[in-house]
Amino acid sequence: MTFRLTLAAALLGGTAALAQQTDLTIAIQLEPPHLDPTSAAAGAIDSVLYSNVFEGLTRFTGDGAIVPALARTWEISDDGLTYTFHLAEGVVFHDGTTFDAEDVKFSLDRARAEDSTNAQKALFSDIAEVTVIDPATVELTLNAPNGNLLFNLAWGDAVMVAPESIEDIQQTPIGTGPFKFDEWRKGDSVRLVQNADYWGDAPHLTEATFKFISDPTAAFAAMMAQDIDVFSGYPAPENLPQFQGDPRFQVLLGSSEGETILAMNNKQPPFDDPRVREAVAHAIDRQAIIDGAMFGLGTPIGTHFAPHNPDYVDLTGLSPHDPDRARMLLVDAGYAEGFKTTLKLPPPSYARRGGEIIAAQLRNVGIEAEITNLEWAQWLEEVFKGKGYGLTIVSHTEPLDIGIYARPDYYFQYDSQEFRALMTTLNATTDPAARSDMLAEAQTLIARDYVNGFLFQLAFPTVADARIEGLWVNQPTQANPLAQVRWTQ
Amino acid sequence: MSRNLILGGLLTALFLAAAALSFVWTPGDVTAMNIPGRLRPPGGAHLLGTDHFGRDILSMLMVGARTSIAVALVAVGIGLTLGVPLGLAAAAHRGGLVDELISRSSDLIFAFPSLVIAILITAVFGPGAINAILAIGIFNIPVFARLARGAALSLWTREFILAARVAGKSTLRISAEHILPNIANLLIVQSTIQFSLGILAEAGLSYVGLGAQPPVPSWGRMLADAQTLVSLAPHVAVIPGLAIVFMVLGLNLLGDGLRDALDPRLKVLRT
Repeated sequence: MTFRLTLAAALLGGTAALAQQTDLTIAIQLEPPHLDPTSAAAGAIDSVLYSNVFEGLTRFTGDGAIVPALARTWEISDDGLTYTFHLAEGVVFHDGTTFDAEDVKFSLDRARAEDSTNAQKALFSDIAEVTVIDPATVELTLNAPNGNLLFNLAWGDAVMVAPESIEDIQQTPIGTGPFKFDEWRKGDSVRLVQNADYWGDAPHLTEATFKFISDPTAAFAAMMAQDIDVFSGYPAPENLPQFQGDPRFQVLLGSSEGETILAMNNKQPPFDDPRVREAVAHAIDRQAIIDGAMFGLGTPIGTHFAPHNPDYVDLTGLSPHDPDRARMLLVDAGYAEGFKTTLKLPPPSYARRGGEIIAAQLRNVGIEAEITNLEWAQWLEEVFKGKGYGLTIVSHTEPLDIGIYARPDYYFQYDSQEFRALMTTLNATTDPAARSDMLAEAQTLIARDYVNGFLFQLAFPTVADARIEGLWVNQPTQANPLAQVRWTQ
Repeated sequence: MSRNLILGGLLTALFLAAAALSFVWTPGDVTAMNIPGRLRPPGGAHLLGTDHFGRDILSMLMVGARTSIAVALVAVGIGLTLGVPLGLAAAAHRGGLVDELISRSSDLIFAFPSLVIAILITAVFGPGAINAILAIGIFNIPVFARLARGAALSLWTREFILAARVAGKSTLRISAEHILPNIANLLIVQSTIQFSLGILAEAGLSYVGLGAQPPVPSWGRMLADAQTLVSLAPHVAVIPGLAIVFMVLGLNLLGDGLRDALDPRLKVLRT
């Protein structure tokens, strides 16, 4: 034991003596539109800032668990209606102002306000009142018990902001995290530097630069030339074997919360007919799509739920690849001659390549899907907001987002009284076993209604320099927390 | 006949023949995917290998040639049918308002970088082969208008035109019956060059995703799709790349050879 300790001390001393690299260049695909995670749906904002610059009361860990962040401990009343949070003390924002219960009240009231631009307002819908007890204690009163509250508060949309710095937050984000915002070069990178006054354990890195590289060829070149140290969410799965075979790199094959779906416009004929949707589901060969578009990376899913979630139910058996059955269903629905529709594809390769494969598979059962390739802005405008599409492919990367099926005005326009009622009951239930049962029921319901074509869970490959450790492998939420990341030599 | 003319003619004929053949026969189905058989190197059942979906590359090249040629041909056609009459009209009314109007507006179009505007047009009106044709075609109009005007201007001072005017022929008839046949050789040469530029422009547009949409094969998109696969299966990128090079080279050689053969001034020099 003593020997081990000395050895460990010697090793520690030894590595510390070497000039340790303490800066990191990490690339992600998309650039954030601005830097306020509490007022936009863009996941890229969280990819840069979550747990680096901004922190919430609770936070996600890399394996998806919810742990204390700015709230160190909490008590829940027996009726589940009152949450008392005890905050970390001595916390200051990056501009020097102190963080206390007033800031919590400000952040949460701002997020749930009538005129709030928060992209996930539903997260806060059950909060009736936020009361400041003393500077280090805050009490949340709920309208109804909500078993998801601690999970909801961990989202990037629920991070703590200060009234003093809210004005400029989109350009100069001021949070409480281990890194401070330093500089944003539009179109190129965002630089973060270590926060010397951090209330928790100091991060290993002194400086981190997030670069935005969306082009797969440029990503490959930058990684190979070691211009970047890490690529989080590497865009070209076909290149991964090369990195795996190269001792300079490590490849982390993680899972994301990205349920990749072939979304169908449930209110637009012919997709308002469940038989047509079922036919589409049977026309799809998931494995061919995973192999062809993702070079084998990805797990088939049969419903809108992440397979690594303990409550996941494997429902792929409801929609096996069966072109004959698809053709029969089309005949039943009155489309013996097939029909024509549109297939609008956003830029990622899962959509562009997957779309070509799906179009070929649909053609095989008589459905002629005309492909249109769109940029993200056009896609958001035409498909997401305008609902002017028949079919589209997109990956839903928010964690536990099955609740979107309870929104009839959501872009795929699924309107089910039964599902909405189920979600309302689920939100009011805190008993874990009962929640599991209801989640299973919800998954089965949308799978049986064939709301969308459920394709696969998007893999999340990260390519990194072999000497780096502490990176998130999985993406329980879109984030790249760097507090634990360090160079090993 | 010059060597250029023969070589260029042969290359062009080869691609035209491949494109024509693709209407009735291709070695494989260009839409049939075979994922397990993807990225096969050239040889064997697939003469030029298979792409990342396991489609036969030779078949895709043949059908892609059709797309490229159709787009470029129609674009040149737009330039010829609109540009030449405009140029002739400008020359007929040289110095007048019509001339000014036509010359200055073609200057205006020339002031914009053509490919960038083509990208703008297809981005605004939506990607697709038809919009690509229009975008490329619009820039062919001033090219032919200028060429026709310049060549026609010198003809208008010639004696045989004067004779025609004395004989009482209208400006329109002179332009059509005397000027046009005499500038035809220039137009043919220019057409082959514009044709090759059209092929390149179509490849460029479909490379950035604004040309013909999948599943219609096009050379530019084949290149774009292949770019992350270069290190894995070089043939997927090299083959469509070479196809574009040889097609454009062939057309340029052909244009060069035709100029040598048709331009009377060069003929005088040689003899």
